[in-house]
Amino acid sequence: MVCESWKERLDTYVDGELPQGEMRTFDAHVSSCPSCSANVLSRLQLKRAIHLAGKRFTPSAEFRSRMQQSIASKPRRVFRLGWMLAAAVVLVVGILTSTYLGNRSGRDQVFSEIADLHVATLASSSPVDVVSTDRHTVKPWFQGKIPFAFNLPELQNTEFSLLGGRMTYLEQTPGAHLIYDVRKHHISVFIFQERSLAAKLTDRSLKPGNLSFNMQTWTQGGLRYFVIGDASTADIDNLAKLFQAAS
Amino acid sequence: MDASGANLQLDSFEELAIPLFDQLYNFAHWLTQNRDEAEDLVQETYVKALKGFSSFQLGTNFRAWIYRILRNTFLTSRKGLKVTMTVPLDFDDEEEGEESAIERDTPEALLLARSSHALLQKAIDELPVHFREVLLLCEVEEMSYQEISDTLAVPIGTVMSRLSRARRTLRSQLRPHLQQEAGLRIAKGTNHGL
Ligand SMILES: [Zn+2]
Repeated sequence: MVCESWKERLDTYVDGELPQGEMRTFDAHVSSCPSCSANVLSRLQLKRAIHLAGKRFTPSAEFRSRMQQSIASKPRRVFRLGWMLAAAVVLVVGILTSTYLGNRSGRDQVFSEIADLHVATLASSSPVDVVSTDRHTVKPWFQGKIPFAFNLPELQNTEFSLLGGRMTYLEQTPGAHLIYDVRKHHISVFIFQERSLAAKLTDRSLKPGNLSFNMQTWTQGGLRYFVIGDASTADIDNLAKLFQAAS
Repeated sequence: MDASGANLQLDSFEELAIPLFDQLYNFAHWLTQNRDEAEDLVQETYVKALKGFSSFQLGTNFRAWIYRILRNTFLTSRKGLKVTMTVPLDFDDEEEGEESAIERDTPEALLLARSSHALLQKAIDELPVHFREVLLLCEVEEMSYQEISDTLAVPIGTVMSRLSRARRTLRSQLRPHLQQEAGLRIAKGTNHGL
């Protein structure tokens, strides 16, 4: 059976480490084979669970400041830009977190999680795993990493630019996270399989509370899209429309 | 090297090394399984990395380089030596065990609820150190096979076989709990076709 030969390479496939040609062939097989797609999904879920469970230990505040001092006490620098940036990010994240933690309730949990993902990604030192402004580079990068395919809009003659993408998870469901720039604002676009999320989404749960982001969400072709950012409502809507037209 | 050169070097060390502080600590704690030892290990890693920084080639993979220092420091510590003494010399030659029919044919949905975090952490903790480290580098640090191979100083083939054995061990540890949980979900009618 064809599957037998694939099964040995499942791990390599879900790690996105098969040669590109094989990745594509495997993609095609997975989308038509229930047994392999179930297998891929369960492995992706385990990967995600380990990813979360593995981030387990945080350094104590005391140890952190001790280390900071010991490194900072080395020959003086004129500008401590790295630290200042880090401190600024911590501050901003702190403020944002408290803003929406304060508003959080079961009702807007999905929205909050999307907002969390957006903020946490932008605050991280490497927000995107595939750095490219070219949708023809970004799209294939996701092949084999997530269990579905999607289209990215053409951005010529628009004010949007693509920064790159990364894999993401919402409630252990794997999806794509794309980051766009418009007028110095970052906008995140999240794409998941609707059927994997359906149980968690109700119309009520999708209503953003009184928060500092604008968001659009819709389903199309079995996929659930979220567009979120601190850009204007008009910009968020326009990017949403570009996606709707491309799909 | 003049003073400004030293400053430049420190700048880039700081810029490269500081963002990794939390991750290195997490990895160190997983290896040592103890907070004090993890702190010592991270501190020693930074000291060694700073000293050896002139030998680090800018533009090559700093993350793999500093993780390698941390890991080598651990393996040569008293605890590390004790741990590795229990690893058989032919650790990597072991035949790929035949996966059971159950494992091959029924890919149970690994629906790990948040409550099973602790369960998973315990299972990871109990993995032999060579499995634990490769799994954490792959899943938590999201390193490529090549980076892991650089970090652990083993061939990519070894990375792959350790990874797959680590996952298999983990899955077989978790399976009883998972099936139970899947059963619960079905019973509650919350299974939505995953
Ligand atoms: Zn198949």
